[in-house]
Amino acid sequence: MNMRNNKISLLGSKGFRTYAVVLVYIVLMGIFMITAPRAFLDYKIYMAFLSTIPFSLVMALGLTFVIIAGEIDLSFTSVMAFSGFIFTYIFIHTGSTILAFIASLTAGLVAGFINGIIIAKVKVPSIIATLGTQFFWAGLAVVISSGRSLIINEIRPSFMYRIFVGRIGGIVPAQAAWAFGLAIILGFILNKHRFGESAMFIGDNRDTAKMMGVNVDKTLIQIFMLSGVLAAFASVLLACEMVTWWATQGPGFLLITIAAVFIGGTSIYGGEGTIFGTVVGAFIIGSITAGIVASGVGGFWTQLVVGLVLLIAVFINTFVSRRGR
Amino acid sequence: MMNNSKNLVEMKNIHKCFGKVVALKGVDFQVGNNEIVGLIGDNGAGKSTLIKILSGVYPPTRGEIYIRGEKISNRRYSVRKAHELDIETVYQEKALGEKQSLWRNIFIGRQISNFFGFIDIKKEKEETDKIMKELIGFRGVGVSADSSVGKLSGGERQGIAIGRAMYFNANLIILDEPTAALSAKEVSKVLNFIRKIKESGRSCIYITHHIADTYSVSDRFVFIDRGEIIGEYKKSEISLEEITEKLLMVSAGNSGKEIANEYEKQ
Repeated sequence: MNMRNNKISLLGSKGFRTYAVVLVYIVLMGIFMITAPRAFLDYKIYMAFLSTIPFSLVMALGLTFVIIAGEIDLSFTSVMAFSGFIFTYIFIHTGSTILAFIASLTAGLVAGFINGIIIAKVKVPSIIATLGTQFFWAGLAVVISSGRSLIINEIRPSFMYRIFVGRIGGIVPAQAAWAFGLAIILGFILNKHRFGESAMFIGDNRDTAKMMGVNVDKTLIQIFMLSGVLAAFASVLLACEMVTWWATQGPGFLLITIAAVFIGGTSIYGGEGTIFGTVVGAFIIGSITAGIVASGVGGFWTQLVVGLVLLIAVFINTFVSRRGR
Repeated sequence: MMNNSKNLVEMKNIHKCFGKVVALKGVDFQVGNNEIVGLIGDNGAGKSTLIKILSGVYPPTRGEIYIRGEKISNRRYSVRKAHELDIETVYQEKALGEKQSLWRNIFIGRQISNFFGFIDIKKEKEETDKIMKELIGFRGVGVSADSSVGKLSGGERQGIAIGRAMYFNANLIILDEPTAALSAKEVSKVLNFIRKIKESGRSCIYITHHIADTYSVSDRFVFIDRGEIIGEYKKSEISLEEITEKLLMVSAGNSGKEIANEYEKQ
């Protein structure tokens, strides 16, 4: 009896959404395999996806927690730009990848902590608070770099370069393994750890969470710190892959990362979402550009298709959650 | 300082002012062990104020609170302190997280977790099943520990919130208008949950407008009006009709007797 009920409730809302997003991805890939068989029936394009998608995927993982908690973070791409600067600058001046790495993650944590304090303690709505810090960190990165880009060719022989962006077996980009590894860990944390459960209750009903003994302020600060440190980690991966840092590296990732989370079925109203959905969402978004260009339709169509997919995904999610109620 | 009464809760000469508004004027209120107390009064009579003082939401302006004979410091009393003393209030709206499963709702804030903070989901689900079956005699059709709260009816939600309070050893469960928004069928479910509270040896304060409901489950009735206790009766001392009449008089204030007469004529 119980088993059957579980199945029904799985199909009812959360599970159905997960299937829906996978289905969207399969359909999209199917279309591309027909319209651009030379590219999409070759494994190389999938290796290219595994090389480019991890940057936004890593940030989308943190953003999933933020949105599940009923908040938004608009600053993570600027945090990425700033902590990427810290990484390259310290590497250039000390030659130490470890030091550069630690400093960069620390910068991300600090930026997230500042967001968290403004939102949880000062009670500024997150959309405004992170809009402010978005400009601040991006501006700071431009000012201290004087708008110049930094090139770190010397990092290529390093151990860190190999484990972060090397090619596993000469083929698979290492950053994909890092992104998947983080996704698995954060998936467990979301579903099985007190931290993830707190995030869901905060997004569901903040008053209830508070009355049931969830430390709402502390959890929110931790969530924004998670978002910050993941943005910093993404910046390190990106700086290694590109062997270059430039101040406007971040902004291009903002909307596609947010779109990935929503396509993945995380609710804009908070309280529900899955890491698995976010992973698939990031792959959907990341595949569209390549698919469209390879199909010969022309890059001008990219935004239009991304918008369409996002609308379809959000439509499915809203429809499912309304029926679930 | 000890108080030798055998009551679970003893509130003495409680005053509460909000600015110039006097909400409670020297209220004496007791709850015995394993007693269901029906707190009856019109809107604005002071029921919720009294209950919020007892739940630790705000301190009384003046007066003394004894719990199990022990005096409580008015200034240090808080919701958390009330929980420590096994007093839990079930609020109608804020009790549960809608989108989350029942087992998460039972254990949120008090998870069964290991040293690293990972939750023992299997154990929490098993305990939730036990709470539903054994503690509150839950008979929701097609409802399991995995169901989300959004799928439950209003009465079932109250049941889960009451079950949670009982599971975490609440000795006094305060229900503030738990049936206000419910259908007749759902109300009867909630009344059954209240009977479970009594059967398990706990106490309950039940606040409602529905006199017939409170009459069927309460051991004692306390009438409150304009911040004062105006009458207390054991169930054996008063009939449902007398309670109704009394409440009508209270509601109508000075012209209460006239209305009561009208009521009798009908």
